[in-house]
Amino acid sequence: MAVAVALQKKVAMTGNEAVAQAMRQIEPDVVAAYPITPATDIVQYFSNFVANGQVKTEFVTTESEHSAMSACVGASAAGVRAMTATASNGLALMWEVLYIASGMRLPLVMTVVNRALSSPINIHCDHSDSMGARDAGWIQIYSENTQEAYDNVIQAIRIAQHPKVLLPVMVMLDGFIISHAMENLEILEDGDVKEFIGEYRPERYLLDADHPITIGALDLNDYYFEHKRQQVEGLLQARKVILEVAGDYQRVSGRSYGLFEAYRMEDAEAAIVVMSSTAGTVRTVVDAMRKEGHRIGLIKPRVFRPFPARDLAEVLRGVKAVAVMDRSESMSTAGGPLFTELRSAIYELEPRPLAADYIFGLGGRDIYPEDVCGIFQRLLAAKPGDICSDPMVTYLGVRE
Amino acid sequence: MPTLREATDKPKRMTGGHRMCAGCAAPVIVRQILYCTDAQLVLGNATGCLEVATSIYPYSAWNVSWIHCAFENAAATLSGVESAYRSLKKQGKIKKDFKFVCFGGDGGTYDIGFQSLSGMLERGHNVLYVCYDNGAYMNTGIQRSSATPRGADTTTSPVGNTLVGKQQARKDLTAIVAAHNIPYAAQASPSHYRDLMNKAQKALAVDGPAFLNVISSCPPGWHHEPELAMELTRKAVETRFWPLFEVENGNWRMTYKPRHPVDLEEWLRPQGRFRHLFHPENQALLEDVKSDVERNWQKILQRCGEA
Repeated sequence: MAVAVALQKKVAMTGNEAVAQAMRQIEPDVVAAYPITPATDIVQYFSNFVANGQVKTEFVTTESEHSAMSACVGASAAGVRAMTATASNGLALMWEVLYIASGMRLPLVMTVVNRALSSPINIHCDHSDSMGARDAGWIQIYSENTQEAYDNVIQAIRIAQHPKVLLPVMVMLDGFIISHAMENLEILEDGDVKEFIGEYRPERYLLDADHPITIGALDLNDYYFEHKRQQVEGLLQARKVILEVAGDYQRVSGRSYGLFEAYRMEDAEAAIVVMSSTAGTVRTVVDAMRKEGHRIGLIKPRVFRPFPARDLAEVLRGVKAVAVMDRSESMSTAGGPLFTELRSAIYELEPRPLAADYIFGLGGRDIYPEDVCGIFQRLLAAKPGDICSDPMVTYLGVRE
Repeated sequence: MPTLREATDKPKRMTGGHRMCAGCAAPVIVRQILYCTDAQLVLGNATGCLEVATSIYPYSAWNVSWIHCAFENAAATLSGVESAYRSLKKQGKIKKDFKFVCFGGDGGTYDIGFQSLSGMLERGHNVLYVCYDNGAYMNTGIQRSSATPRGADTTTSPVGNTLVGKQQARKDLTAIVAAHNIPYAAQASPSHYRDLMNKAQKALAVDGPAFLNVISSCPPGWHHEPELAMELTRKAVETRFWPLFEVENGNWRMTYKPRHPVDLEEWLRPQGRFRHLFHPENQALLEDVKSDVERNWQKILQRCGEA
């Protein structure tokens, strides 16, 4: 199929600047935010756009992240596009309101610059913040690099506001590694972004003078369950909508997105599943070890909520051994969040692959190609019939 | 301003049939305030009695748009609603004029929602915030708040052998709100409805944030007979427990001064939450409660330039 790609500019930007540029092009009606490292740049750049009249957005500088998310809920319920950005403890402070936003079916979009949670206090990257929010009813999309962060933020608008979805979307990028690293990327023309996201026309909203509504009613044992079930329906529908939006986006940008990326998986007997920037490191190792004749591949989940369990199981069919790399610890003592979900997803595969978890990079600890190489070597040495590796969870690069 | 008679002929923004207790002053306060404007409205509500008793799905007592988000963030939520309105106005996407009014109890306003309220006031959102102050967390079963008067019996400041009721004096929230230098802040009572409605009208007319702190009676929390709601809110004013004043652009003014102040005991006695104050062993505590009230009255007189 011929792909008509719109004119794009090649620019060098940090992840945070790219997200801010996407927000400028989206031009939400309301942005409510509070500064926190490493997401602060996003709102700093955005406040410059506001100060210089480049956007018509009402910028609400709240006194906390809890209030930032609350103001976004108010704005979205009022009938406009609302966005914010945060990280780490800021996201943790929003916790209560995250569930309210999704329960109210409000199509907010928030960028989360992944950073470790306190304590101990640490400003560097891991995924404990957004992973802690994985059951808040938000769609979660993880970005490998600056380009993906930019593209995901724009697509998130369309996904969130789709009438079959109507759920808030969280777009993640790795703190400092991506948020503060300068990379080349292509950005769309402002008009193309506007056209892609379209006019926002909510069906029911507070500022509809002719049709007043009650939002946030007390919902007891006679209705609450049905409303929660409907929320799940939004997430079930999201799978298809995410792919449709990705298809439309590809027609504009030429860049293709799915629920996950499967890299050199066709004949792979061993695979690593890892999200975000570390996928780049793993891809390099896959290429190097493939040259040596090893049949290995990489799966990089992009969409973690809804979790594409069946799709992942399908791509892992026939793989002998799989390692999940988790950049957060669930403290369940049964593996990180990506591992437990992925292992559950492949439970029905016949034969069932060996599955091992590697928790890595907490608090910004670096990961090296040699570490990844070691994981692949272990997977390749797995004997047929091995199901659960010993140890099931390995802490990569930790001093013990 | 409409007379009360004319006001009651207006379309009701809050309908009857809600599930607030008989003798609760909160719905009376809400009606009196909403009578003071014919504008399109969006209301906000902090979690609390007013919220749970007026919005039991699939029913709603609200004929205007109404949002409840959580307990501590009503002011932040309405900040977002009002910002959305300003954005749409600026873009020419909305024609009608809206007003924004937010209701919260003392728990949701003095305590858990304090930061959110302060943020809204400081940022200058065009929202009227109304605190209906019944002096405790009544919705969760009468726990002490920072608005609870000294000596009051609540479920978390009970009357025990060692500690007798709430140990601390009330927080002076209206003064703290006024210190944000907002255009209008006032204290009012539903018993003095002309005064309350005057204040509501001023509060709704200013450009910027406004705040009304309104005393509200609570039959289960104060342990009083339902028919005493207006009498008790009146006595709160007449005993100087609840002074009626306003702070307009920084100018403090007493809007009503009881000509013949009533002894505080007349307000305390009909309320079961103060029963123990009249036991002989608590004489000193009763005196402390009285001096809290006197000190507060003198302080406000001074601020109003009447001392």
